[in-house]
This record gives sequence, structure tokens and C-alpha cells, in this order.
Amino acid sequence: MYQKILVPIDLAHAEKLEKAIQTAVDLASHYKAEICFLSVGSNTPSQVAHTPKEFEQKLSAFAKEQSEKSGVVAKACAHITHDPSVDLSKALVAKADDLEADLIVMATHVPGIADHIFTSHGGYVASHSDLSVMLVR
Amino acid sequence: MGSEADTGIESPDGAANPIDTDYEIGQDNIQKEIGPFGLDVHNPVFLISGLSIVAFVFLTLAFQESVGPMFNDLRNWLTSTFDWFFLSVANVFVVLCLFLIVSPLGRVRLGGADATPDYSYSGWFAMLFAAGMGIGLMFYGVSEPISHYSSSFGGMTFGDDGLRTDWAPLGAAGGSEGAAFDLGMAATIFHWGLHPWAIYATVALALALFSFNKGLPLTMRSVFYPIFGERVWGWTGHVIDILAVFATLFGLATSLGFGAEQANAGLNFLFGIPVSDVSKVLLIIGITGIALISVLAGLDAGVKRLSEINMVLAALLLLFVVLVGPTMDIIKGFFTSLVAYVEYLPALSNPVGRVDDNFRQGWTSFYWAWWISWSPFVGMFIARVSRGRTVREFITCVLIIPSLVCVLWMTTFGGTAVHMVQEGVSAIAEAGLPIKLFTMLEQMPLQSITSFLGIVLVIVFFVTSSDSGSLVIDTITAGGKVDAPVPQRVFWCTFEGLVAIALLLGGGLGSLQAMAVSTGFPFAIVLLLACYSIIQGLRSEPKAVGANSEATDDNN
Repeated sequence: MYQKILVPIDLAHAEKLEKAIQTAVDLASHYKAEICFLSVGSNTPSQVAHTPKEFEQKLSAFAKEQSEKSGVVAKACAHITHDPSVDLSKALVAKADDLEADLIVMATHVPGIADHIFTSHGGYVASHSDLSVMLVR
Repeated sequence: MGSEADTGIESPDGAANPIDTDYEIGQDNIQKEIGPFGLDVHNPVFLISGLSIVAFVFLTLAFQESVGPMFNDLRNWLTSTFDWFFLSVANVFVVLCLFLIVSPLGRVRLGGADATPDYSYSGWFAMLFAAGMGIGLMFYGVSEPISHYSSSFGGMTFGDDGLRTDWAPLGAAGGSEGAAFDLGMAATIFHWGLHPWAIYATVALALALFSFNKGLPLTMRSVFYPIFGERVWGWTGHVIDILAVFATLFGLATSLGFGAEQANAGLNFLFGIPVSDVSKVLLIIGITGIALISVLAGLDAGVKRLSEINMVLAALLLLFVVLVGPTMDIIKGFFTSLVAYVEYLPALSNPVGRVDDNFRQGWTSFYWAWWISWSPFVGMFIARVSRGRTVREFITCVLIIPSLVCVLWMTTFGGTAVHMVQEGVSAIAEAGLPIKLFTMLEQMPLQSITSFLGIVLVIVFFVTSSDSGSLVIDTITAGGKVDAPVPQRVFWCTFEGLVAIALLLGGGLGSLQAMAVSTGFPFAIVLLLACYSIIQGLRSEPKAVGANSEATDDNN
């Protein structure tokens, strides 16, 4: 049913994403789909990497590690934007189309009062993407 | 500084020489949920700068009588006593920048040898102009040339003690219209040309180099790594960053307060809107509100788009004045003013042995302190959008081209206004500073359209300053992280508006602006050290010739 599952991740908080990643891995092995780990970074040095190139390499390493661990095909896709805190949600929606994914599995938090003002990334993606979106809480 | 092999850090795009440090970006940050909002801020810097800004505002409001004169005296004392220092420091920056254009170090590319530019020339240029001095050009473009022209024309006057009492630059040009015009334009361009842009370019280049090529966080302290080493991550660095936040926030808040007063005067002149605290507060709220929308839209959809719109509007206004005004005089004036600028530049920038105390201390030294106190903000913003340019390209576009645009702007607006004054239109000379531009436009056709365009330009320039300022303060207080939660930016933007309103209603705009300008002095010293860092940093970089060239490591 699904060929390509997109899993947006933040390497600075990889430990919080285990549940979403496990869900994606299970779905991928069930449907024989491949996983694409998508991460949005910036040009300026960040917690994760000092340069865009290092960012790509770390993401590839992460995808490889996940692939070896779970046995599913996993690829990495790094996307660099000028202003990640604002561009993130839009970049996720656009990249999902570019990569021709058919399902997005992403971690998000339980909605709270702040989500009425600043929508969560998961909430934004679910309401703006044409694809099926699974939000893992 | 180590080579690529032993740092473990992958080099930026293509050859570069990153700095090897154990510091991890964000390691001193507090990440916390406060109520419903996530927070990611640098531990001492955010708290200390935020709290001391609140404390300063309260103290100023509570002890206005004593604090106001104190800050004003401090500023006056600094700009008069250390005028030689300010003038010399600014000259150092100009010389450094001009040297880098011609030196082989100019071939270093920001972001590594194979980096590609983030922004097109038009978007990049629009942003650095909007952040750098857009608003000042609107207010001083007409008034400053008139001031210098009038004082030069008036000639030298002496007090009983034999000291000069006039405000004319150098030896003035008493009685000669032509000479006074040249001297007045040269003095104005001097204050808006190479020197201010060299100050910005130096700070921006330092930040861009240490962030994009050396892999350090995008914050003021990183520039001083070659000098202080690992200590920049401790209190030495905290102090530098706090000072930068301080200067930026007070600089922005006070100019927002004064800007509201000036915009109010303009609206009053055009539409008869009453000059009152209510109008001013509404203006601040309006400007902050638009800035918030722009903040939420992000760098590309917010500041960049607004800056581009403003560039087009400013170009239209400029073109209108050139075509409708004395076209031939303006074109001729551009070249004669440029020649006059070059001719008077050595004398005007000479720091010692001069007789024009009022001009040198009251104008030049004050301007230099002002530009320097703005430099962390403008420099950091310019740095953020300049990745992928070579040093030579960077300095040409941040120093030479903006200076030429300023010459064009000043001759168009100032030159036209001076011609009008010479022809006997006294209204311009008599009008208050905020409405000088509009009194001049009144002398031309289509006044209602051009004046409206002028007001829109003023307001949008304030919005872009407020927006990019929030971006910069947020990055510094988040320890160089550009991906901190957006609500933090909203906080700084709102905070700045609130500080402006408090100071406007409670008084103290002038005194705190004097304090912000006073921070120009410690920063001038700090920036001299930065010059050393830049040379050190650039010397250790491999140089590139083209965007995708094989980098040659001929320096080591």
C-alpha cells in the first residue's frame, strides 16, 4: 500500500523520536516500503553540525545505522533552509511531495493551549499536506 | 586551530580551516517548557540581559531627573574626550576593508571554497541596506546637507575665549555658495559613506568568517576566539554578548520611540493627525504588530520580502526626485560631490590637530559612536545573509556600492533641498527635522503621492529594523542557535515595543539613547581586537578563485 515513508527527524532530539521511528520501521517492514529520514537544517553552525555538509553526513550515518538495526531500506534527505524555526513545517510539506513519499510518520506532542497560537509542526503538516500523515504522540 | 584531519569536523563546502574546540553549540542553554511554550536560551546571557534591561528601564523612569543628565553627560564626555579615538578607529576599519579588497586574502570564500551564495544580489543588497541605514537616510537625507551647507556658508565665528562657536566642518566656506555646497555635501557623505559601512563590514565579516568557515556559533563572542581562546565560552564571552544585546535592544527601542515621534509629526503634517501620546503609542503598536507578522513569516517571507519592497519604493522616490527636480544639477552634483568627498576626505577623517571642535565632536564623533553601537546588530544580520560570497565580493558590496548609493541619495535629496534653500524657499530650512523631507516634496508636483510614499518607507524601514533586530537578539541570547523556538523572537519583538512605549510615556528616550550610543566606546575597543581576529582568521583559510574551483592551499 505504501512505497515510501517519510520520517521527519531532528538529530538534536533523536532520543525523543524512538516511538515514531519504531512505528515507521514496523509499517515499512509490513508494506515492504522504504524509509526516508528527512531533516531540516541551517547554514549556520548548530548543535547538530558545524556546516551543512557535516549535517548531511550525520544524517546519512543515522539513516545507515537505523537501516542496519531494523533491516528496512532507509535513506537520508537533508534539507537546508535560511530560517529553520519558521521554514520547517512548510519545508516538510514541500519535500514530501518532491520525494514522492506516500506516507508521513512523525512525532509530535499532545496539543496544548499554545497550539492555538503557534501550531505544532505535526499539526501543520497534517493540515497542509495532501499525503496521509500519521502523528505519533 | 588545527587542520581538517585532526579536528574531526568536516570542513564546510570545499576547503576551509575550522577551529577545533570542545564547545558544543547550545551546551549552556536551558531548554525548558514554561507554561505552554518551549524555551531554548543561553543560560546567563538571556537572563542577565533581559533582567538588566528591565531594571534599567525602571531606574530611568524612577530617577529621570538625575539619570537623564547623567547619561547625556557620559555620552558627551565620551564623544568629546575620545573624539580622536573614534575618528582613528573608524579610519582603521576603512583601511582594513580597502586592504582586504586588494589583498590575496580577499579570495577567501565565506562558507568554504565551494560554498554558493544563499541570496541573489538584489535580495542580499536590499536586506543589508534596509538593516544598515534605510531609516537614517529618510530622516537625514534632506536635513544634514542643509545643516552643513548653512553652517559652512555662515563662515567661522569665534567666542570670547577664542574657540570656534560655529558648527561648520573644517575651515568653513564663509560667503561662497559653491564652496559651501561642496563642503556641506562632502561632510554629509563623509558621515554616511565609507566609514559607517566599513564599521558594519568589519563586524559582519568577522562574524561570517568565524561562523561559516570556522564552525563557531553565530554570536559576537566567537569573533574573539583567536584572542581569548576557550575563555570566550565563559564570562569573557558572556560579557561581550550581553553588551551586544544591550546596545541592540536599547538602540532599537529608543529609535523606535523617536521614530514614532517623527512619524507622528509627518502624519500630522500630511493628514492633520494630532501629535499626542495616543497617536505615538498606536504607531509603536502598529509598527511592532507588523514586525510580529514579519517575524512569524520568517527570514525569507518576512524581512527579505519587506526589504525588497522598500528598495523598490525608495528607488521610485529617488527616480521621481531626479526626474522632476533639477535633473541636470543632480547628475552634475553627483560627480562634483563625489569629487568633493574624495578631496576633503583626508582632512575630515584626520583625528588630530583640527580647529572645528563642534563639528568634529558634535557630529563626526557622535556619528561614529552611533554606528559602532549599531554594528553588532547590523553586522550580525549582514553576516547571516552573506554566506557563499568571497571576502572581496563581500566588501565591495557592503562598502563600495552602499557608499555610492548614499552619495546618490544625498545629492538627490540634500542637493535638491539646498538648491531650493538657495532659491529662497526658507520653509525647508525652518521645518523641524522629521518633516524636512515632506516640506521638500511639497515644492514638487504630486506631493500627496510622494509624501505618502515617504511615510510608508519610514514605517516599513522601522518594521524591518524591529524584525531583523529581534532575530539578532534572539540568536545571541540563544547562544548562536538560529533554530530556537519562534515564540522567543516574538518575545524580543514585543519586549522592544514595550520598552519603547514605557520610555516614550515615562520620558527617558533621550537618556537611554545616549546610553546606547555610549556603548559605542567599549565596542570600539572590542572591534579593534576583532580586526586582529579577522586577519588571523583569514590567513589560516585556504583561498578560492571561483565558486567551484579546486581550492589552492598556497598560504600555508
